[in-house]
Amino acid sequence: MAESNRDLLTRSILQRNPIALLVLGICSALAVTSQMTTALVMAICVTLVTALSGFTISVVRFQIPNSVRVGIQITVIATLVILIDQFLRAFYFDLSRQLSIYVGLIITNCIIMGRAEGFAMSNPPIPSFIDGIGNGLGYGLVLLFVAFFRELLGSGTLFGVEILPLATEGGWYPRNGIFILPVSAFFLIALLIWLLRTLDPAQQEKE
Amino acid sequence: MGHYLDIIYRSIFLENLPLSFFLGMCTFLAISRKVKTAIGLGLAVLVLMIITVPINNLILNILLKPGALAWAGQHELDLTFLGLLTYIGVIAAVVQVLEMFLDRFSPALYNTLGIFLPLLTVNCAIFGATLFMVERDYTFAESVAYGFGAGAGFFLAVVLLAGIREKLEYADPPAGLRGLGLTFISAGLIALAFMGLAGL
Repeated sequence: MAESNRDLLTRSILQRNPIALLVLGICSALAVTSQMTTALVMAICVTLVTALSGFTISVVRFQIPNSVRVGIQITVIATLVILIDQFLRAFYFDLSRQLSIYVGLIITNCIIMGRAEGFAMSNPPIPSFIDGIGNGLGYGLVLLFVAFFRELLGSGTLFGVEILPLATEGGWYPRNGIFILPVSAFFLIALLIWLLRTLDPAQQEKE
Repeated sequence: MGHYLDIIYRSIFLENLPLSFFLGMCTFLAISRKVKTAIGLGLAVLVLMIITVPINNLILNILLKPGALAWAGQHELDLTFLGLLTYIGVIAAVVQVLEMFLDRFSPALYNTLGIFLPLLTVNCAIFGATLFMVERDYTFAESVAYGFGAGAGFFLAVVLLAGIREKLEYADPPAGLRGLGLTFISAGLIALAFMGLAGL
């Protein structure tokens, strides 16, 4: 192993963040970021699925015939997502309603497929598990960053707790409607990418 | 008839999958560099949605719904929890069949769409369209309309974005914003423009 387990865990959070640099998994990411709570739950779900699917696929990697590997990977991932979906429905029904179809969409999240194909297929189970957690955390961090601004500026709350009293309810903060709309997530991600690439010029795109 | 037109209109403009639900973002951003490839990808998505959404609708109604297996003597059986696994299986199968079909009967079209088809198995937009259909309980006819509208919406959005990106090649943005950052901002602006259609 060239890289230690700690490297595996940390490099996906900043240097090789799956969303900001590899442009993977934005599909489901932005839609759940209008509130901190949903963003957090989504981040936890994705971390679990990435880590566990990486582990499972890595355990059976010598048994998987090359020609049907994508089908097998999807089956493993879909099974894990069904488990999570059923769990949320049974114990946190309200959250499951808010996340609606996005829990199911974890199946087609490119981060998970990407890690399964790119890392778990060629590495032992434990590093695959840690790599999955690292990528999940990197994904979750971006989600929480976007959700922080959207919920704070759009609704004046964080995790549903009032931070900025709204003008409509006798406070001083006029609600900034654009942050509730999906559009704001595009702009926030663009700014985040700009920030990361200014800090680390090696990641800038060539002309 | 008006009802179906309404579904089509809503799914193209108001509930555009990439722009207001962020579905299919990965492909949306990766393939929108050139108008020509964007048209190819958009068509592939459109075709796939028109096929997969109604098929999954049939599967839901005939096999998975609680009591749907009454024709097989199983009145109590509720298989909806198998939904996710089944839908993705159907999508993967349709992609495979469509690819072989095009290869055999229309090589020209296969060369345009071919490379995008396998990619689309794991495209969230296609899967998302099916899940929205399930969540909103569409009938079969409604699901045909929805599949068409959602696909057309994706087509429109990806071609528009590709057009803007081709022009942006000549722009001179700050180094850190070049490429991906600018693409996100243009996508956001398109989404804002689409929202202007909401009152119609």
